[in-house]
Amino acid sequence: MLRALHRWPGLLAAVLLLALSISGAALSVFPTVEAMSAPAAVTGQSVADLAGKVLAAHPTVEQIRRAPSGRITAYWFDGNTPGSAVIDPATGQNIGSADPSRLKTWLTDFHRALLLEDAGRMTTAAGALVMLLLAASGFALIARRQGGLRKWFAPMRGPLAGRWHGELARIAVVSLALSALTALWMTAATFDFVPADEANPDFPSQVSGLSGLSPAAMPALAAIAVSDLRDLTFPYAGDATDAYALTTSTGAGYVDQGTGVALAWQTNGHWPQIGEWIYLLHTGEGAALWGAFLGLLTLAAPALVVTGTSIWLRNRKNRQSLALAGMARADNAETVILVASEGGSTWGFAKALGTALQAVGGSVHLAPLSTFAPASYMKAARIVIMAATWGDGDAPAAARNALNLIASAGPHPTARLCILGFGDRNFPAFCAFAENLDAAARTAGWQMLLPLDRIDRQSAQAFARWSESLGKAIGLPLSVFHQPEPPRTTALTLTLRRDYGQAVQAPTVILRFAVPHAPLLDRLGGRSLARFHAGDLIGILPQGSTVPRYYSLASGTEDGFVEIVVRKHPGGLCSGQLLDLRPGQSIAAFIKPNPCFRPDHTDAPLILVGAGTGIGPLAGFIRANARHRPIHLWFGARHPDADYLYADDLKDWAANGHLATLSTAFSRTAARQHVQDRLRADADRIRGLMSKGAHVMVCGGRDMAQGVRETLAEILAPAGLAPSALKAGGRYAEDSY
Amino acid sequence: MKPLLAALALTTAIIAPGLAIARPVTLTTNLAPYGGPGAYLAIYITDPSGAYAGSLWMAGGKSKYYKHLSDWTRLTGGDVAQVDGITGASVGSGRSLGLTMDLADALFDAGYTLHIDAAAEDMRDSPNEIAVPLTTQGAGQAVQGRRYIADFSYAF
Repeated sequence: MLRALHRWPGLLAAVLLLALSISGAALSVFPTVEAMSAPAAVTGQSVADLAGKVLAAHPTVEQIRRAPSGRITAYWFDGNTPGSAVIDPATGQNIGSADPSRLKTWLTDFHRALLLEDAGRMTTAAGALVMLLLAASGFALIARRQGGLRKWFAPMRGPLAGRWHGELARIAVVSLALSALTALWMTAATFDFVPADEANPDFPSQVSGLSGLSPAAMPALAAIAVSDLRDLTFPYAGDATDAYALTTSTGAGYVDQGTGVALAWQTNGHWPQIGEWIYLLHTGEGAALWGAFLGLLTLAAPALVVTGTSIWLRNRKNRQSLALAGMARADNAETVILVASEGGSTWGFAKALGTALQAVGGSVHLAPLSTFAPASYMKAARIVIMAATWGDGDAPAAARNALNLIASAGPHPTARLCILGFGDRNFPAFCAFAENLDAAARTAGWQMLLPLDRIDRQSAQAFARWSESLGKAIGLPLSVFHQPEPPRTTALTLTLRRDYGQAVQAPTVILRFAVPHAPLLDRLGGRSLARFHAGDLIGILPQGSTVPRYYSLASGTEDGFVEIVVRKHPGGLCSGQLLDLRPGQSIAAFIKPNPCFRPDHTDAPLILVGAGTGIGPLAGFIRANARHRPIHLWFGARHPDADYLYADDLKDWAANGHLATLSTAFSRTAARQHVQDRLRADADRIRGLMSKGAHVMVCGGRDMAQGVRETLAEILAPAGLAPSALKAGGRYAEDSY
Repeated sequence: MKPLLAALALTTAIIAPGLAIARPVTLTTNLAPYGGPGAYLAIYITDPSGAYAGSLWMAGGKSKYYKHLSDWTRLTGGDVAQVDGITGASVGSGRSLGLTMDLADALFDAGYTLHIDAAAEDMRDSPNEIAVPLTTQGAGQAVQGRRYIADFSYAF
């Protein structure tokens, strides 16, 4: 609801908002320019003094005006030739042309009325109203996204366009709302919709009939400070029945040209003063610094329009690619397909199944697993859950609550359940999330249509086989062949390689690639390398294969390069190609986020345990530790002279505070120590750190990760802690391969 | 510009006897390229004694700016009712305003003067920019303005 309230007005008014914000920002420059070129005001100067000086310089002066910016202009006639100039109040002399700049006049007219008079004013007012609506809904959206107003300035996450949108909005939202509100007020005032109680005195019924008194000697003018002057109109030359007309910040009236006393004086109500403040707040005239500040913030608006539109375009594309044409409503579908997936690949399979079922006459509803609500599936004969597994057996972020939903919802009266897992057999917890779902469903008493099946690395063949068995079970001819699209890759060029491990027959290399520079539009449209953090994965498509291999990233976007650590596997296609890569050569790669393996944002100590190439993401964490959180690294390798990866960097990081302590273990020295042995030797220190709330992150081979888990279980048992419980509490993370 | 019975707006004492014999008069006001936003113009008539006789036209729709047409404001006391029904849009820089209206014959060659006050936003007020006696002979002769009005003429 809130999103719709933000999205549609924003899209509809996008062009108008661009026009208003860009012209507004351009106008904001003028108060500063004028303030810099304006002569200094004379402190304590009275209108009498000013009028005397102007009259001396321009004997035929008719009018003196003071603009909100403080600029004083005099108007006169020389014979029949009109004259006007900006006046230095100290001397009464001309210092510049009074004609407003053509550019400013044009910009002003464009900004407030699109050069279209009243119709334009109403259009821009509608634009201001939309801006106000966007600011209010945007404010609520940011507060919601950040988890409350207190976290207003906490770091933002997410894809580039969305993050920029949020970052700019949270800085500029208040000033944009203020600009919109004041604009609405000013338009309302133009159309006489706000109360007006400005002084408007009648010409005095009686004047002295005398003339010839210099304005410099008039008591009524001496009583008014120039800073309060708005307008002083001189009487017609030779007309003794005329009088000076004076308008000030507080009122208006006349001054007798013979006696210099105020006649028919009227005082303003409160509204003109309020109107002047609103004018100042909106234009910055009379407050140049404020104007410049406001103008700078206003520049956020065009950027918000562009990023907002690009967010909408991307979401729409996603929705289109995930939508199933001719989908039935949840309460009307025979088959309900529910998807738990972080990326889009599992959705692709689900869509293919849905389309195939529709082709044989079935009605299908497709939805994310997080919306699981069996009670509403009134006509369902079967519910198919397609679940990808994330990381080490975890649920995808979009389906965290699914296990609870299944366990708490009783079995469906008519529908049978069918669960299909997606994963990668190379990971120890292959399809673990699907298995957990299956177990939970069976415990809850669900009737299963098919035994749990698993699809390895998006295998089209395995999925086709499974669909055939599903077809048999439900009595429909099904064979769904779905070849997932290969991910969009970016070419990365190698800039630096550091070789290790030759001496111990374990060739290992740290590869550093340049982040290709992408045009802003490509970045906003998601057509460039996504943002990444150390610990995320990079998928690399080796030549001659369509199946990506994943490596942990040892750097983040902020580092400005992509770094990975690769060890040569005997016969390995991808590692072989990477080990042969020379600087200047490129690979095809894409980013796969791995949010489960990122350091938390607390200041608690961080224990990092890595062995071999597992040092990669850990080195990335340490490199990024600019705030000097106490990080303690335990690192295992074979020999300090052969495969001590990042040896020099670690020394530097320990020296500059990025790394608190460094503990190494080498298995091919006399000590013959593995990292587990070193942990055991440091058991007391580890227990001490854990008692301070330390978090643990482990990265390395599968056996090493298991060994470390067991070792830490031993070490921590006396303290009443266990890695499994710590993991559940978010204090223990593993990334193994 | 459609013909207007602007004469109806003139004070009845002057106009009532003359209404029977009125003729269409075309007023043409050419604005100078003064380079600002649209100008407000008040076109009005004073009698031989210099007293306000009536308004013919008000170019500019927002009455709160009428105070910048300072002579007209002073003569009428800022009475917006004086221009009820004879108000149009402000006139842009370099543009022309043509008006045709029935004016009583009695107004001509009798000491009446047609005045135009002009003003534009953020620019000077220019009261009495035009002051031209209404005479039969003066018809068709252009009179120059001072700041905003390049020339003004009336013709039968």
